[in-house]
Amino acid sequence: MSEDELYREQILEHYKRPHNFGELTPHDLEAFEQNPLCGDELGVHIQVDDGRIADLRFHGHGCAISQAAASIASDELKGMPLDQAGSLSADWMIDLLGIPISPTRRKCALLNLKVMRRAITGDSGWPTGVG
Amino acid sequence: MPQAASTRQPAAGLAEGGAPASLAVREDFPILARRLQGRPLIYLDSASTSQKPAVVMQAMDEHLRAHNANVHRGVYALAQEADAAYEGARATIAGFVGWEPESTIFAKNVTETINLVAYAWGLDNLAAGDAVLITEMEHHANVVPWQQICRRTGAELRYLHVDERGELSSGELAQELARGDVKLVAFAHVSNVLGTINPVAEMTATIRDAGAISVVDGAQAVPQMPVDVRALGADFYAWTGHKALGPTGIGVLHGRREILESMEPFLTGGDMIAAVDFQRSTWNELPYKFEAGTPPIAEAVGLAAAVRYLAGLGMERVRAHEQELTARMLKALAEVEGLSVVGPPEPQRRGGLASFTIEGLHPHDIAELANREGVCVRAGHHCAQPLMRRLGVGSTARASVGVYTEPREIDALAAALRKGREVFGL
Repeated sequence: MSEDELYREQILEHYKRPHNFGELTPHDLEAFEQNPLCGDELGVHIQVDDGRIADLRFHGHGCAISQAAASIASDELKGMPLDQAGSLSADWMIDLLGIPISPTRRKCALLNLKVMRRAITGDSGWPTGVG
Repeated sequence: MPQAASTRQPAAGLAEGGAPASLAVREDFPILARRLQGRPLIYLDSASTSQKPAVVMQAMDEHLRAHNANVHRGVYALAQEADAAYEGARATIAGFVGWEPESTIFAKNVTETINLVAYAWGLDNLAAGDAVLITEMEHHANVVPWQQICRRTGAELRYLHVDERGELSSGELAQELARGDVKLVAFAHVSNVLGTINPVAEMTATIRDAGAISVVDGAQAVPQMPVDVRALGADFYAWTGHKALGPTGIGVLHGRREILESMEPFLTGGDMIAAVDFQRSTWNELPYKFEAGTPPIAEAVGLAAAVRYLAGLGMERVRAHEQELTARMLKALAEVEGLSVVGPPEPQRRGGLASFTIEGLHPHDIAELANREGVCVRAGHHCAQPLMRRLGVGSTARASVGVYTEPREIDALAAALRKGREVFGL
């Protein structure tokens, strides 16, 4: 299992026990997104304090890659200034995941950034980057 | 393979004359000789698109090399050859499902044929107070056009429910029709997710008695079982070439002639007209009235070769083969821990596919893990999001078989799924 490039222990660990999953009541920002290819759904609740992400929760369902990406990113996003969080690139997420992401799984990995960006800026496009 | 096949008993009542259920036609499909990532290709996604036998490619190649010209316009000899090839293909394709060529229309795919009926029939025959009835098991191709046409006309869109076995209820169909407002009922012959085979002839009879018209999506049926459109009694029956061993780019619509004649055209432009004046035009006869622009000529030639190939195998044998594989697949999948199959449990009530979920393993990951073993399966909502909602799942993985599928490939799928569970520590 240790030689598995995609399903590394760390990825599976985040998939099975995701960090910051659930809902936040009350919350200041929220958004909900679907990956139209596979029907995965991911929502986010964000509490804002002094222009920064004070706390956040993701919720929804998806594959190991989309869920692990949301979980791993959530740890980094806490405390991040909103404007920075709203403009994170695809490369930021792919680098953070640290696993080879094929073109077909790219949207799985980026779904959490997409939903978070929508919550912060209202922009519903996919994050861009070389990947 | 042939030796093994000859000892196998075909399912009772399915294969005629004791024909073997296993078809042993693998060598006819060039792509199946490919290796991917060092492994033989195990293609279990035929419900998405079938692989093509060499005879289909040869027929298209031969047509383009020797007989290519536009149709219905030229007086020169080559154009007459192209006409003969295209109209000959239409006759072959229509005959394959027991319909007449004059009311057999070629379009781009099933989606376009259903849009044709929705717009060309629906815009003039539906209004506020009318209802269109579809089912919860429809592919988006048989959902979204009806949503749009109902919005445009003010008609109501209602759904027949899918029960926990993945089947429709004839009682509910009768109840809906008894409300008196249903003008059109559209439903799949075989569900692309559940595999359910709907009782088409029984349903179309009920629909006709209620004065409504029927539209049947036969995309998953024509490739794998004998289909006699006349016996099925549908007013419209649609299917597509690329799932039936033919090329992409050609969909087929069989329609009842008097209804087609009463309809305005769908797409307009070249070839579908009789005469064009500055302000108005008159329409060509059937089927050309519904084929605007240059049609899929080489594709029709390819599809004709495909249905000749299928007819050569014998559709009763194809059905027996797919049923045998489906039974094997249902049994093999049931032995994988944590796996649930959706749809009817009996292989004889379903087409050659199985959609499933595995506890703790998302369908996307199932497809990824299967791919590592060279097994191609699909993951997602299969263009049936309303059904996914009804089943209470976000998505499923789906394995589907074709005429070239062999029992060992089903076993390879089951082994890949077991291995996948291990990767996830399940």
